[in-house]
Amino acid sequence: MMRPYTPKDNVQAKAYYTDRFWVAPRVPEEPVPEEGVYAEDLAAVKACCKVLKAYIQRGQLVIYINPEDNFEALKVLKEERWYEMLSEMSAVDFLAERGGFELFYQLLNLNTAKRIRVKCFVEENQAVESVNPLFRSADWAEREMWDLMGVKVNNHPYMKRLIMPDDWEGHPLRKSYPLEGDEFAQWYEVDKIFGKEARDIIGPENRDPARIDRYDTERFARLGHEVPRGAPAEEAEKSEETPVRYQEEEGVFLIEKFSPERSKVLERRK
Amino acid sequence: MQQTNKLRPFFENLEFERDDNHMVINFGPQHPSAHGQLRLILELDGEQVVRAVPDIGYLHRGMEKMAENMIYNEFLPTTDRMDYIAATANNYGFALAVERLIGLEVPRRAQVIRTMLLELNRIISHLFWLATHALDVGAMSVFLYCFREREFAMDLMEDYCGARLTHSAVRIGGVPLDLPEGWLGALAKFVNELPSNIKDYEDLLTENRIWRMRLEGVGVVPPEMARSWGCTGIMLRGSGIEYDIRKEEPYELYDELEFDIPVTDTCDSYGRYKLYMEEMRQSVRIIQQLIAMYDDTPPELMAHAPQYISAPKEDIMTQNYSLMQHFVLVTQGMRPPVGEVYVPTESPKGELGFYINSQGEPYPYRLKMRAPSFWHCGILQDLLPGTYIADIVTIIGSTNIVFGEIDR
Repeated sequence: MMRPYTPKDNVQAKAYYTDRFWVAPRVPEEPVPEEGVYAEDLAAVKACCKVLKAYIQRGQLVIYINPEDNFEALKVLKEERWYEMLSEMSAVDFLAERGGFELFYQLLNLNTAKRIRVKCFVEENQAVESVNPLFRSADWAEREMWDLMGVKVNNHPYMKRLIMPDDWEGHPLRKSYPLEGDEFAQWYEVDKIFGKEARDIIGPENRDPARIDRYDTERFARLGHEVPRGAPAEEAEKSEETPVRYQEEEGVFLIEKFSPERSKVLERRK
Repeated sequence: MQQTNKLRPFFENLEFERDDNHMVINFGPQHPSAHGQLRLILELDGEQVVRAVPDIGYLHRGMEKMAENMIYNEFLPTTDRMDYIAATANNYGFALAVERLIGLEVPRRAQVIRTMLLELNRIISHLFWLATHALDVGAMSVFLYCFREREFAMDLMEDYCGARLTHSAVRIGGVPLDLPEGWLGALAKFVNELPSNIKDYEDLLTENRIWRMRLEGVGVVPPEMARSWGCTGIMLRGSGIEYDIRKEEPYELYDELEFDIPVTDTCDSYGRYKLYMEEMRQSVRIIQQLIAMYDDTPPELMAHAPQYISAPKEDIMTQNYSLMQHFVLVTQGMRPPVGEVYVPTESPKGELGFYINSQGEPYPYRLKMRAPSFWHCGILQDLLPGTYIADIVTIIGSTNIVFGEIDR
């Protein structure tokens, strides 16, 4: 039997079965109307840089531009078309299919309540210009994008990891990064606190919260067959029965046992 | 086993020994007034803040990564853990984004119930905000009063969905349950009593000398700064910009409901406090209208879209095809069309947006959650310099950040 091939460039969960004849429907991409707010916005962007593609999807204008033009396009949209708020920006990982990322800048015009998504495609090691001078909100968004996706940003005032620790290796939101973390992530605390040589002694992290090890006398007690903490497991096997006693049976200071007869149930909430 | 030399603490690029009079202190991440795991690195000149660097990531659970590895319905309970003060707002934001992606119409009764829950959650969240904010500033009794009312509101949530904090009461395509017997009466009783309670809080705070001294002119966010930093919700309306997604880009039933959007141009914490109080009153108004709407609605609760949404339980148990569909939807998951959406909703904290990029797979290709607190936390680095250390807690409280959604 052959081992199933798992591609290394995308290790995220995939559908285990897809019908051969399945054709995924598409969210309609409508053409931009001849007149209206979006037509004027698009014309303004077209006047300053090259627009690769533009359409309206679910009521929002989407514009594809070249990554070198991102600052210019956003500047025009902000200063001439009053898209004054950058509500969100991030990247989508297409490294496996196309060798790069798709960036999106989600802009909002507070006067007309219109939203535009400006998108561009960057190669893996290509850097984009920071839009921080235009929108302060890009400060953290770009840091997060670098941190989690590994998209480089030029001229950012304080480019540092935002969410992961500073000494982290790898970019966790990439498709090639497994959900349970790579080797670095799995041994991060052990390596940092005790050193790599302690890996064997400490062992891998237990990721099953319900796991019970009957031979582990450090963390698990055996009611009725008590042994000293940390005693070898064989001793636990051999040890004779120890009587099970509960503290409450002799009574605990200030604590009474619950009895339904003596408690009072309220008719309705006070 | 532990080697002492390896335990040397490290502070990232920070000089603690300095020549000038500035002092660097660490605020958090275990500070009770930091509203979660916020670490603020503050450079102080005397008692004045010169530089502030918020450090986040202590509650990072990788939700966006988890979303890429879960089918859509499976991910919904995870959104509870974003803004855990008002979980329904997150559930709803996600459900609405998926519904927009699919292009789904939700039955009217489900819409009424959802809007009711959203507004009830807004009240819960605002009460919690007022309680903790007042406690931070030093007013202990307000905390106790607010939590009393919040308990009643959470009892209502519990009666409806069984959970008090992590509701998952909204599903993709509708709501799973109809309202229980007598629930509307209890809700009406609660919202009718709430305005008098709000008046009690205001009597305690609004004209209180200490409260005004601590809040007035503290944490001033000029409108340009609010726009530039992507502030939304009360942070934006507190700066004099009238923008509420419920009014401007209405979703659910908000275009049929009558309510006002309170705005103030004082730009400070005191103005925002007044907005919170007024928003609670507006939520009461909305809920009262919704209670009247409920009775005329047909009993359907989930949208009819066999390709995406399981049929009602009765159909699943009696009809073969519904059972087959249900089996496929549970084991494989629904496959929304290829495309992307960005759907903003007005959560109690601000604009909660979900960006979903779907490649026609049962797993979202990319899911980006635009959490309002993320930006309201980032703004601290521009907002804090120049203020005094005693005001920091007021400012953090006034931004109403919650770390579940900052770190995600």
